Amino acid sequence: MSVDLPLIWAGLIATAVALYVLLDGFDLGVGILFPFASPEERDVMVNSIAPVWDGNETWLVLGGGGLFAAFPLAYAILMPALYLPIGVMLTALIFRGVAFEFRAHGRKSGRKWWTLAFSAGSMIAAVAQGFILGGFLQGVTVDGRSFAGGGFDWVSPYGALIAAGLVTGYALLGACWLIFKAKGDLQARARRWAMRLILAVSGLMAAVSIATLFVNPDITARWGISLSGGFDIGQFLLVSPAPLAAAIAATGVFLWARKGPDLAPYLAAVVLYLSGFAGLAISLFPNVVPFDITYVEAAARDNALGLMLAGTVVLLPLILGYTGYVYWLFRGKATGGSYH
Amino acid sequence: MEFDALLLSRLQFAFTIGFHIIFPAFTIGLASFLAVLEGLYLFTKRQVFLNLFFFWVKVFALAFGMGVVSGVVMSYQIGTNWSVFADMTGSVLGPLFGYEVLTAFFLEASFLGIMLFGWKLVGPRLHFTATCFVAVGTLISAFWILSANSWMQTPAGYTVEDGLFVATDWLAVIFNPSFPSRFAHMVAAAYLTTALVVLASAAWLMLVRRATGEVKVMARMAIFTIALLAPLQILIGHESGVVAHEYQPAKVAAMEGWWETRAGQPTHLFALPDQDAETNHFEVSIPALGSWVVAGDTSAELEGLDAFAAEDRPPVAIVFWSFRIMVGLGILMLVLGAWGGFLWWRGKIRTSRLFQWFALAMGPSGFIAVLAGWITAEVGRQPFVVYGALRTADAVSPVDGAQVAASLLVFMIVYAIIFSAGALYILRVLHKGPDSAEQPPDKDTPGVGLDLTGEPT
Repeated sequence: MSVDLPLIWAGLIATAVALYVLLDGFDLGVGILFPFASPEERDVMVNSIAPVWDGNETWLVLGGGGLFAAFPLAYAILMPALYLPIGVMLTALIFRGVAFEFRAHGRKSGRKWWTLAFSAGSMIAAVAQGFILGGFLQGVTVDGRSFAGGGFDWVSPYGALIAAGLVTGYALLGACWLIFKAKGDLQARARRWAMRLILAVSGLMAAVSIATLFVNPDITARWGISLSGGFDIGQFLLVSPAPLAAAIAATGVFLWARKGPDLAPYLAAVVLYLSGFAGLAISLFPNVVPFDITYVEAAARDNALGLMLAGTVVLLPLILGYTGYVYWLFRGKATGGSYH
Repeated sequence: MEFDALLLSRLQFAFTIGFHIIFPAFTIGLASFLAVLEGLYLFTKRQVFLNLFFFWVKVFALAFGMGVVSGVVMSYQIGTNWSVFADMTGSVLGPLFGYEVLTAFFLEASFLGIMLFGWKLVGPRLHFTATCFVAVGTLISAFWILSANSWMQTPAGYTVEDGLFVATDWLAVIFNPSFPSRFAHMVAAAYLTTALVVLASAAWLMLVRRATGEVKVMARMAIFTIALLAPLQILIGHESGVVAHEYQPAKVAAMEGWWETRAGQPTHLFALPDQDAETNHFEVSIPALGSWVVAGDTSAELEGLDAFAAEDRPPVAIVFWSFRIMVGLGILMLVLGAWGGFLWWRGKIRTSRLFQWFALAMGPSGFIAVLAGWITAEVGRQPFVVYGALRTADAVSPVDGAQVAASLLVFMIVYAIIFSAGALYILRVLHKGPDSAEQPPDKDTPGVGLDLTGEPT
């Protein structure tokens, strides 16, 4: 067969994960920003994401389910390796997910508790995802077709650094989303939040990028650097558009957050994260379980990948179409309604 | 029995999926109920249907949210706790789960936003379309998940290469032998579960004498559904049992408590199965009825558990009793539907207190029957995870028991909190009941549960 089905599926799973980060990222970010907002503002913030958060989180289900379907070996190794942080993430997502409705039903103390659950759940989910990403990037111990490491292998300063980056990164997406969806005082505050957050995000992304270079010599070589002292300028120029785009996008976020069209900071942040994502792809390809299993080795049989691709070709554009329609339908500024 | 990673993983999966199934069992039926209510409103323009829609959509929002978050857990649990199973079956079951996400989850999640918050943004027809999409989405989801689970019960259309399952015939995989009857059984169960809750809420409001015209309408709709589906469900369940007998005779032998292979198998009304002694204590039985029910012939010779090696038998007592709980509740549902239909005919639904108490008591029976039915099906499949092809003990992840124990404990605490709060909020909504001026939630209302003044409804 001339079509490289595993490669197509690697691209599709990566797309699902990227869409998850960009979409659920802003509604997790809204939760992370909760402690800095007034009770009235919090209602506006929740209203701005209530109609779309469920769809956003579905990309996470597609990421997990898709990994099982397309790369069952990777799924079978990574899930046990990341057992505890995945459990923490799921628990946190449970609390914040039910909080959308429960906040509205709770009376005085219940409402306070679910507001806290929404905010803490968003933050803890982001931290857990940071450790999951860190544990994944630093490599997983594999023996044959199984995970062979320890239950706490994912705990590392590197993971903590990524977790910090992801929490601030999601908060930035949340702030940019609020610039787009809020008005008045809240929007002005969101602009200030975004300006501070982009500085932190830029610093953390740079730190993560540099730390990642030291994780594995293969990654270092990808960026034209040899740990024994050599530097391959040609290789570096080949991959340099990713960090360059990131730097430009970060500048864009800052300037547009200060002054500019309401949607511009979010779009610039999207470019920023996509370039970071591209950087990770450059570093890891073709591994799907760093640094032992490639996407070819982990792939499901071609007949399974082909069956799924046949449907995905039709369904994915359809999904993107009606997702876009729902966003368009709920366009315009969010308000707190006749709440006060 | 040792509390190792295997046993703990089984407990954890049973707990998380048992918790999860409660919500789809309710929301599959509720979504269809809401679509019918909205369709009736569009067709008749009677306000009563719209009021009922806006009332039940509040309950739906709460239950659906809990179903979503407990469902996300399931999509990761297979990998975290059953990684060998995931690795071995990925090329067969993976596409089924993949299609569930692509054809159902996105559809439900996206149109749910319009269904809950879009009444003032889109016209009634488009809103009705969104509700229908959500309802259809829940059914598509049930289709794929029942297909995958049925394949684990009656695997077909596959071969084993290098120790991994590989599909040879996708239609045979998807429409495996037990799938059609089990899918029908689950959908009917979901509709019954919803109808029982709706009827119980109506009965409660009649008992506390706060029944509006809306309550009368929803009581009749629920009685109609129960009277129609309870007998049908018994026939579907019977068909499912016949298929199970053909493909999983050990499961049926455990359900019936048959230890020896013989002609004229009895039906035990009561028994205490003893796995070690390979017999039942305190049997109360109807002779030869079992052979007649399963094979249509009182003298048919049917396999007992003695036809299977001891290590290939499921835990008999659990399967035997969960099956009896399910069937017993099914018969009570039949009585409820018939009684309700009779009272409706005589115009006495609102005056028969005894019936109302009975309907109220039957409110949770659908959930219990669904759980008992799933326990029968899943425990009856043991000691295999893919029947006859992969043992549960060989499918577990290489994680240590302490991690599984810790996560199980956390899930139990978290689910207890979520369930208590969710049940409280749903019961509060149900206790208040539908009134004659229900307001649609919209995107500016802080949550579906609030009316426009921001007060909890």
